[in-house]
Formats: sequence, C-alpha cells, structure tokens
Amino acid sequence: MENLVMLLTVFVLAVFVGFEVISKVPPTMHTPLMSGSNAISGITILGAVIAAGAAVSTGMRWLGFAAVVLATINVVGGFGVTHRMLGMLRGKGHRPKG
Amino acid sequence: MLNLLYLLAAVAFIFGLKMLSSPRTAVPGNVLAATGMLVAVVATLLAGGVVDLPMVLAGIAAGALVGTLLAVLTPMTAMPEMVALLNGFGGAASALVAAAEMLRVHGVEEESFALVPVIAIAASLLIGAVTFSGSMVAFLRLREWLIGGRATVFAGQHLLNAALFLAALAAAVVFARHPQPGVAVYALVGIALLLGVLLVIPIGGADMPVVICLLNSYSGIAAATTGFVIDNIGLIISGSLVGASGIILTNIMCKAMNRSFTNVLFGGFGATVSGGAGGAVATARPVRSGDAEEAAMILEAARSVVIAPGYGMAVAQAQHAVKELADELEKRGVDVKYAIHPVAGRMPGHMNVLLAEANVPYEQLYEMDQINPSFSETDAVLVIGANDVVNPAAKTDPASPIYGMPVLDVEKARTVMVIKRSLNPGFAGIDNPLYYLPNTMMLFGDAKKMALALAQAVKNL
Repeated sequence: MENLVMLLTVFVLAVFVGFEVISKVPPTMHTPLMSGSNAISGITILGAVIAAGAAVSTGMRWLGFAAVVLATINVVGGFGVTHRMLGMLRGKGHRPKG
Repeated sequence: MLNLLYLLAAVAFIFGLKMLSSPRTAVPGNVLAATGMLVAVVATLLAGGVVDLPMVLAGIAAGALVGTLLAVLTPMTAMPEMVALLNGFGGAASALVAAAEMLRVHGVEEESFALVPVIAIAASLLIGAVTFSGSMVAFLRLREWLIGGRATVFAGQHLLNAALFLAALAAAVVFARHPQPGVAVYALVGIALLLGVLLVIPIGGADMPVVICLLNSYSGIAAATTGFVIDNIGLIISGSLVGASGIILTNIMCKAMNRSFTNVLFGGFGATVSGGAGGAVATARPVRSGDAEEAAMILEAARSVVIAPGYGMAVAQAQHAVKELADELEKRGVDVKYAIHPVAGRMPGHMNVLLAEANVPYEQLYEMDQINPSFSETDAVLVIGANDVVNPAAKTDPASPIYGMPVLDVEKARTVMVIKRSLNPGFAGIDNPLYYLPNTMMLFGDAKKMALALAQAVKNL
C-alpha cells in the first residue's frame, strides 16, 4: 500500500511537471515536440526488456520479444525522425541544394 | 541504483522536452532525451534481471533497424502517418508488457495476484490496445488506404461506444476477480481494440491534428500504467510526462479551431454536412477560373503576395515548387510571406516542417494572428491546397459546421488565387464560399504542377 502511494505520488507530480514544462510552444515546434515526446513514450521499452529477459514461459517470451521490437521502433524511429526534422528547421538560412 | 539512473533519465526527458519547445535549443534537447533513454535501457540490461540477453538484444537490433529505416526514409510530407504509426507501436508494446507480466505472475505458483497490479494490468491492456488500434486507423486514414479520410458516423455510435466501454470495464472486473489468462482478458483486449477503431473513425480529416495529439497522450498514459504493473518508476515518470504534454498540445489544437475537446471527440465533424447544413448548393454559382499565365501576371505585378498552404500542398509534394515560385517573385521585388494556420495540414506544425524542408526562411512564416490584420493591404493571396482554414463561412454562416473557427482572412486581399483540383468540397466535406467571390480566381490543377507552371510563367514574363 505504501509503495502504491509512493508510485501515485510520483505519477501525479510527473503529470504536473509535464503540464508545466511545455506551456508555451511556438507552432514551428509542434511537430518535432510531438515526435520527440512520442519517442519518450517508448520508455515502455524498459518494461519490454525486463519482460522478455526474464520470461518464464514461451508465451511470455514471445510477448516480451514483440514488445521489445515495437518499443525499440518507437524509440529509435521517434528520436531519429525528430533529429532529421530539426536539422531541416535549423538549416533555414543556407541552402544545401539537393 | 537502477532507480537513480531512471531518475537521471527522467530529468533528461524533462529538460529535453523543455528544450524541444524552442527552435534554438531543440536539437540538443532531442539528443539529451535520446541519451536519457539510452542510459535507462543500458542500465536495465545490466541490472541483472535479464536472463535471456541474446534474445533481448536481437529484439532491440531488429527494432533499431526498422526504426532507423523509418526515420531516414519517411518523407516529411508523411510525418503525420509516421507519428501515428510509432504511437501505435508504443501503445501495443505497453499492452504486451502488461500481458507478459500477467503470464509471469500466473506462472509462478506461490506468488498470488495483488489487487493493484491486477487493476494496473487491466488498465494497461485497455489503454494500450485502444492506443494501438486507434493509431492504426489514423495511420491508414492518413495514408488514405482507408475510407478516404472522411468521417464515418452512424446512428447510435456514442451509445455503442459507451456500451463497449462498460463491457470493457465488466471484463476488467471479471479479470480482477479471477486474475488469470482467459476469456475475460481476451474479451477485454478485443473490446479495447474495437473501441479504439470506433473512437477514431468518426473524427474527420480536418481534426486529425487533434487525434494525433490525443493518441500521443494515450501512449504516454499506457506507458505510465504499465509502470504500475511492473513497479517501475522510470515508466511512471516518463509516461505521465508524455501523457500530460500530449494533453497540452491537444488543447492548443482545440483552441486553434475554437472547438471544445468533447466536440472534437464526439462531434463526428465533417460527416454531418451531408444533411445540407453547409448551406447553398455548390453547382449553380459562377466561378472565375484562370490559367497560369494570367495568374503569373497578377503575381508579378503585385507588391505583396501571401501564400496560404494547406494539406493539399503536402499531398502533392508541392513545397519545393512553391519555394521556386516564391524565389522567382522575390527576384522581381515582390514581398512574399507565408500564412500558417495552426491546424493547416494533418498534424500540428505540419506546414512549418514542409516549408523548412524546402528551405523557406523561417522569417517569412507568419502565424494567423500576425498576418490576419495585413490581408487588406495584400495585393494577392495564393491558396495552395488549403480549404477549411481559409473558409469565410466560418465567420459569416452560423449554419456552417466550422462556424466560429478562426480562419485566415484571405478574402480581404485584392485578388485571391486558389489552386485546387476541382470544386469538390475538401477533406472535411464543407463547401467554401471563397471560391465564388468576385475577387477569387480558381486555378484548377495539381498543386505541384500548377506551382511549377506559375514559376515558369513568371520567369517568362
């Protein structure tokens, strides 16, 4: 029970931090912010790694494996595409052509 | 020790998100967040709980390969689909982790289910599955592989959704009483998947930015509930951060359309018009159409030109052609600006990203509030692939489904040119009186071809 209260406390405080952190966002940054936060939600990869790595049955192993693959796609794809997008947003003045 | 590293990662995410919301610090912000993720993953791998390391590494390698390919190969025009797809994967992963945990506890005889993890497992399965199927529908619709993008509404839809939600809760209760893999779990997941589909199909194309934000938020909440399932503080902090930031973005989008959150979710926006709410019949009114040469002359003679892009520009991949036209005009001393409506396109900031890809200087992009007062002093406006965001009916016609939505006041300019394939109503299916105004000239054709033709015609003048 105490553990639950602790976890809930962390949850509630983190929600407030989330609200505070991005109160003002210029429209230019909406897309990168979204793909970036999308990548962060891939944090579930930690759970996937734990589940897959400690599997006690075949079923659990496959569920865990699938979770690892999907979560990694989310993380790597999310951060990667954000980086690529930001490169374009930043390279506004000069033109690399091609 | 592990939790300390998770805390470190969480701090990296918080600073990363903060930095991502400003153009100057966004690149290091993203790198910081990614580094935090790397630290958390490596710490988990080394923590000792992972027995079957080769399999986990194989999964990570496979996912990293696919993720990298997606990140490198996806064109900027397809960003909304990409985000929807990744969202769906995140949601599915969270649900799978919860399912695996259920199997683990079930497999260990002496360990009995406590109530909290059971509720968390049910919640995680529900939210994760809704996120997954909802995101897949959004993805398919954005790819236009599914129902063209028009909202699908049928009688009793809200009732059905409510009934399904109650059924999901009932399944969750049955599962909580007999926490083991079985019919209740399958029912829960099945209903959740169906619910995800039904929640997204009534939402019209013009509302896609809101849906994407919302699903983004869901995927964060799914990760947080999974954190409760496996008692992992890293998941709880990061998941709730994303959940909260997704809600903020959703709110920004709703405000930009002057619609409430519930109205977007339950409105069935864009499908209701078939009843004739959009007003007059489209066919009988006169339309002035022109060709590239005529339009080029007007543009070339103008002192100021404002370009108002929309989703059509993305579909036609016309951003480079538009930039070429703008360059030609600027060479001739025309002042070129871009008017960016906050919900133009299919995801927040869509137009900014596309124009940045075409090397349009950041200084030329103007937000709606900045540019609206200056339309009356603008010689020519070129509307490319935008429809609802330039629809004057939003200001004048209380019967219009988009009445009250802030729009770009393009009709105040001396001449308005609209590049459009035909007079068909747009993605949202709403008729646009702008096309029939005396100062409007329709340029019928594909956005990219027409923009190139305009650039060529200006060059030839």
